[in-house]
Amino acid sequence: MSNQSFNDRPKGGVGDGFRGWWNALARPAQWAFGAPFILLIALLPLLNIPLLTTEGTNFGAVMAQFGMYALIAIGLNVVVGQAGLLDLGYVGFYAVGAYTVALLTSPSSPWNQTGPDGWLSTDWAWLACLPIAVAITAISGLILGSPTLRLRGDYLAIVTLGFGEIVRLLADNLTEITGGGRGLAQVAYPRFGVTEEFPLGVFSAGNVSGTLNSGVWWFWLSIVLIIIVLLFVGNLERSRVGRAWVAIREDEDAAEIMGVPTFKFKLWAFVIGASIGGMSGALYAGQVQFVVPTNFNVVNSVLFLCAVVLGGQGNKLGVILGAFIIVYLPNFFLGRTEILGIPVNGSEIAQYKYLFFGLALMVLMIFRPQGLIPVRQKLLTYGRELYVAARRRSKAEEAEVVAK
Amino acid sequence: MTDLAGLLYAAPPINFNVEALGNLFWQLTIDGLAYGAIYALVAVGYTLVYGVLRLINFAHSEIFMLGMFGQYAVLLLLGFTPSGNVYQEGVVMTCVYLGIAMIGGMAVSGGAAVGLERLAYRPLRKRNAPSLVFLITAIGASFVIQEFVHYILPQLTNGELGGVNAQIPIRLVAPEEQFEIFGASVTNITLIILISAFLLSLGTDTFVNRTKFGRGIRAVAQDPTTATLMGVSRERVIMLTFLLGGLLAGAAALLYTLKIPNGIIYSGGFILGIKAFCAAVLGGIGNLRGALLGGLILGVAENYGQVLFGAGWRDVVAFVLLILILMFRPTGILGESLARARV
Repeated sequence: MSNQSFNDRPKGGVGDGFRGWWNALARPAQWAFGAPFILLIALLPLLNIPLLTTEGTNFGAVMAQFGMYALIAIGLNVVVGQAGLLDLGYVGFYAVGAYTVALLTSPSSPWNQTGPDGWLSTDWAWLACLPIAVAITAISGLILGSPTLRLRGDYLAIVTLGFGEIVRLLADNLTEITGGGRGLAQVAYPRFGVTEEFPLGVFSAGNVSGTLNSGVWWFWLSIVLIIIVLLFVGNLERSRVGRAWVAIREDEDAAEIMGVPTFKFKLWAFVIGASIGGMSGALYAGQVQFVVPTNFNVVNSVLFLCAVVLGGQGNKLGVILGAFIIVYLPNFFLGRTEILGIPVNGSEIAQYKYLFFGLALMVLMIFRPQGLIPVRQKLLTYGRELYVAARRRSKAEEAEVVAK
Repeated sequence: MTDLAGLLYAAPPINFNVEALGNLFWQLTIDGLAYGAIYALVAVGYTLVYGVLRLINFAHSEIFMLGMFGQYAVLLLLGFTPSGNVYQEGVVMTCVYLGIAMIGGMAVSGGAAVGLERLAYRPLRKRNAPSLVFLITAIGASFVIQEFVHYILPQLTNGELGGVNAQIPIRLVAPEEQFEIFGASVTNITLIILISAFLLSLGTDTFVNRTKFGRGIRAVAQDPTTATLMGVSRERVIMLTFLLGGLLAGAAALLYTLKIPNGIIYSGGFILGIKAFCAAVLGGIGNLRGALLGGLILGVAENYGQVLFGAGWRDVVAFVLLILILMFRPTGILGESLARARV
């Protein structure tokens, strides 16, 4: 982002007070406040709040989808928000992750490892495949990134778009391995909580009845993964790597001159982003138990990007909010005939989701290009620490003055 | 890339049919040129806008798609009923109808391109937005236009235009062999495409390189500030550039529907747009003649790839080609500058 006047516009904001308070808290205190909040979100599908819940579809399934999209948004945020690399083929990594799990565990795949001769136990196959999927997606990120990351911003966007399309076409054309357009069915999922009521475990796609259905379980699983990933990404952000990313995003040439090995760090961003996308893909494959190429169209890539841009590039919580909006809003309207007494044709509104998201992108880019919850501190750590230290000191001084 | 490993070790579902390529070589070349001519015309839109604004107009593919609907609407207004059967109107009347349809397509596409520039890009230019913001806006605009044709257009036209399914084709010309070159048959459709594409690109090249307006475009592409100081209106040049790109996309839309009558659908522009962009990059983005050359090369290469590897790999060829070019010669075959294409 080269232009100063463009980015400097948002100075004060509504959330600044909250932000300052939060940043001034110690780590344990942040956890103490954060944990109940996370718990509340996790219990959201069980509480069944009338206006919040979705009528046309199962709320648990929607939340599970939100979990996956949140993971994707966090991963894409590393690439787009942190390092400033526009990746339009992110769905390719999502597909690689999903297909890795599917190829290793689906009975219709030639590389199925779950049977009697395979090395994967059926019950734990999904969990064993998760790190494999992450590793393979990371490698695919490396393969795509190493030749292409030397390109300038907008070229990179189109090349990654091409990559996303190539992955889908490979899945579509390599019929003997991936099943082509028929896809791969009966993908493994965690066999957990097997009881008489749920002979296939609570994660099975067959567990659809009641409030505590498989969607909720997948949502909880994804929350665990999201927290792990957030800790990992957050620590990266506050490290040398994160500062290098910000430097590259703000001005690549200047960063290079100041001794930041830009190519190396761009590749890191790409690989880390890719592996998070792969993780989400593995979640998807497990939840749906079925992968088919049409689920990995480039349009999805744009939807992921929409989540990141809408929420606020560079802000982890912002992009999670963006993912929530992207997943939740169309499902909220689906099947609804009235909102607070006002009659609406919800299904039709849900149908127009791409139209609205497109409009939202355009309007947002004109009036609020930094997103709904923008990232404030540009030189992340040091700037923030200095700021907090200065605040503390000035408060201490004020207190002294008052005491005198 | 598990799939790639499978490509090497498992039973390969990909074939290297060199023999077929050898047998069909000239036929593939001729058909590829016809596709390539269409890519070339669309690619000019990308290249001109990039040359002047340093912007990848991601929504250009939707401009092309609107052109397809534009010419279809004109044919509907002329009284043709969509049936899939070929009309026999005689050579002269067919040419007249095609000409009117082309003008209709061009008008819709050109208008849409200028409108897009006005509504989406100009506010951003006024705010000095960084290029990423432009690109995201373009993606948003692309969504909006597609969904407009998908859902809203059928409501406005009582379901005659747009919607989920492709339009039932109105076919004015049936493919008919005219003569043979090196054993390859040249159909009337190929001839129409090649001749009109040649005339249009000749006209565009002359316009950009020899007229006062073209000089303005080249001046702004080379140095916007100096050009403005020299009395060139930058805004007008930008509008003209979008208009020119839109007009050519509209013309290409008609030629495309001659080649693929079933292609008139809301999502029909997307892949073609990406390929046209590949073509523009291949020839050197920002370079007018590069875009024309790149389009032809891409069309032919894709056709060879289709026979060599199998029909499903057609699109893969284009994307792999794009990645290879950007890796080894990011400035394209003829180099990047619009301004220096002809000093």
